[in-house]
Amino acid sequence: MIADFAWIRPEPHGIHILPADSWIDPARPAERALVTHGHADHARGGHGATVATPETLAIMKLRYGTTDGARPVSYGESIDLAGGVRATFLPAGHVLGSAQILLEHAGDRVIVTGDYKRRPDPTCPPFEVTPCDIFVTEATFGLPVFHHPPIGEEIGKLLRRLAADPERCVLVGAYALGKAQRVIAELRAAGHHQPIYLHGAMERMCRLYQEFGVELGELRLVSDHRKEEMRGHVVICPPSALNDRWSRRLPDPVTAMASGWMRVRQRARQRNVELPLVISDHADWAELTRTIEEVDPAESWITHGREEALLRWCQLNQRRARALALVGYEDEDD
Amino acid sequence: MEEFAALVDALVYTRSRNGKLALIADYLRRTPDPDRGWALAALTEGLDFPAVKAGTIRALMHERVDPVLWTLSRDFVGDTAETASLLWPEPAEPPAPPPSVSETVELLRGMTRVSVTGELPRLLDRLDAAGRFALIKLATGAMRIGISARLAKVAFAQAFEVPVDEVEEYWHGLEPPYAPLFAWAAQGAPPPDTENLPLFRPFMLAHPLEAEELDLAEFAAEWKWDGIRVQLVRAGGESRVFSRSGDDISGSFPEIAEALAIPAVLDGELLVRGSHQGGAASFNALQQRLGRKAVSKKMLADYPAFVRLYDLLILEGEDLRPLPWEERRRRLEALMEHLPPGRFDLSRIVEAEDFAGLSILRDSARDDAIEGLMLKRRDSPYVAGRRTGLWYKWKRDPLLIDAVLMYAQRGSGRRSSFYSDYTFGCWDGDPDQGAELLPVGKAYFGFSDEELRWLDRYVRNHTVNRFGPVRETDRSLVFEVAFDSVHRSTRHKSGVAMRFPRISRIRTDKPAHEADRIETLRAMIRD
Repeated sequence: MIADFAWIRPEPHGIHILPADSWIDPARPAERALVTHGHADHARGGHGATVATPETLAIMKLRYGTTDGARPVSYGESIDLAGGVRATFLPAGHVLGSAQILLEHAGDRVIVTGDYKRRPDPTCPPFEVTPCDIFVTEATFGLPVFHHPPIGEEIGKLLRRLAADPERCVLVGAYALGKAQRVIAELRAAGHHQPIYLHGAMERMCRLYQEFGVELGELRLVSDHRKEEMRGHVVICPPSALNDRWSRRLPDPVTAMASGWMRVRQRARQRNVELPLVISDHADWAELTRTIEEVDPAESWITHGREEALLRWCQLNQRRARALALVGYEDEDD
Repeated sequence: MEEFAALVDALVYTRSRNGKLALIADYLRRTPDPDRGWALAALTEGLDFPAVKAGTIRALMHERVDPVLWTLSRDFVGDTAETASLLWPEPAEPPAPPPSVSETVELLRGMTRVSVTGELPRLLDRLDAAGRFALIKLATGAMRIGISARLAKVAFAQAFEVPVDEVEEYWHGLEPPYAPLFAWAAQGAPPPDTENLPLFRPFMLAHPLEAEELDLAEFAAEWKWDGIRVQLVRAGGESRVFSRSGDDISGSFPEIAEALAIPAVLDGELLVRGSHQGGAASFNALQQRLGRKAVSKKMLADYPAFVRLYDLLILEGEDLRPLPWEERRRRLEALMEHLPPGRFDLSRIVEAEDFAGLSILRDSARDDAIEGLMLKRRDSPYVAGRRTGLWYKWKRDPLLIDAVLMYAQRGSGRRSSFYSDYTFGCWDGDPDQGAELLPVGKAYFGFSDEELRWLDRYVRNHTVNRFGPVRETDRSLVFEVAFDSVHRSTRHKSGVAMRFPRISRIRTDKPAHEADRIETLRAMIRD
């Protein structure tokens, strides 16, 4: 069977659903957009109508300040688009509100994953394996060198370093949406109940997570406290603030970064990271390949990341696949 | 190996020099002999195991990983050892506990080109990813983790509270695992005997002169010759030629080693005879002689080498290094008549009325064998390394050209996964009349980290073609390229080769068609 449907087309600025004249995660303003999750490279402002999970819409409202044209769809819920297309939002396990979007049209089934992972995450429900004809998968960590260790090991590394030097703080660079809250929730799960200090840019997103029922414990703003109070504590900031002047207000910080890229030494060095923490909200190589095997689509479309290697794996395993050249997806900070 | 692997990783992630020093010193103090000696050798000069080469690792990986996936991974990671350490299939059950450093060295030494394919995998199976990385780095002899030999020596000196200059001195006469060095420093044994060995002494280096004037009553000026800095040593009846890094290059320049018959240590510039000022040829000519293990008679005749002497460190057992430069200079001048004039001459002192006069002399020196000026404090002792305030180098201003970015390649090391190696070109005629760009050079430094990120994004967004790790761009970006000189070359289609090109500015303000033409570059040739 050749899975090449005339009604859905990858274009440079997003995936176009022709009969419904709608786009998934369009990189520029569209009349009708379906958004997989709230990261800025997927959820852009300025669309006429936006279909997304309530959590994703709340994140977009926080970022862009508007709810015009918002159409919430919960996990497992379907909506009918124009032209006989039905869209169902399924958990993707990436960040709060992240969804895979299942599109059905005249018996054809297409899933667009957005970003996803297969590891447990206390801040969002796990990825659901769903059968389909075309599986549009991300490939951010689509190289066999990428292996994300169990998060408990990395959190343990962080806590040991914190305990080793009570005069210093450990400053963790973490993406403001998703990674930061997951690191905090995992620290809590590991029994770390000390206050955690936040860079100002993290605050609103953490509050939003708390409003959606994610337990993050006591959070404090760095700007409200004196340097001495932060000794021996965890401080979380966006990756861009790691080597910024901002960090001078901290007590001799050990620079850490929570990211799947930390698996590669030179990536950590490029960021001047002393304590690399391999923590990612994306699927690693084993998860990507296992997911394709489990979903078992007639064809996989591979997007934003290291498409070539996953494409090669599909060839070696006699699976039909093609790489999409979508623009505008950033992967630098995860 | 776990401790050594942890040290290697900690060094990779530690930014400050003091932090690195403390890590190495701590490791040296708490690790037993001979493990610490082997570790030290691996970190600095590297160990050589003839059976294990980078190709061995690649061959092992090709048996275990699809070659395309290997290449893509290697290309992203930017380091063969690290890629292999990450892709090595973990055994369900390690065959044995991790080996110690000395056990590892022993096993590696025992391997042959035949046995390596079976033995090295067994060794890799005993280690985790960090251990495998350290093992492969150690086995293939290239750590490249930013630990200079000097840093390791300072750490050694700190670990055992001994003077670093003495460490430098004894180190060079010894082989890994340096048992006498540790016995001396850690256990208070007498120092290793080095008097009658032709040993390398660390060079004295200069700081770049930065926009300040110097008083010529305090400082003397000499030309900075564009050859390679060498140290000539004769002791115990043997002569050696050492490069700046302390490598023995006597084999490439036998005529120089043979010409030194007096027991001495001399500092000078190795040059090849030519038509330029003072009888030296350009660096291009010298390159014909570099890196050759055996030298033919024809090479010796076509590119005769000689040394232009700068300094005299030791003469007939007398250590002159603590003396003022002026005094050493006097002794060197007196020594000249005892040295064969065909192989040795004296780097002359550049006289000027004042600093402004010196500046004019420097600007007018458009000779290819001259890189600029050296300014040396008249009372400076000869000390290892770069000591502030004693010696300065004052290079000529670089040549500049505007060229267009044509291809970008992913870098390795610190720049891995960034498009950081840029090939640029100049127009072969009038671009408005259909001229083409011809590649004229390649540069991979000169930009800041921030500019690198910008350039990387630029390349990704302006790609028109991909060839493996190389991207062809749409030829829209102009670089101001700085370089030291340009030479005729038959290896390049453009017919020119630049020396030491680097990106001096990114000219987003300049349209590509206004970049320089190749004639401009050709006019700068001074071969």
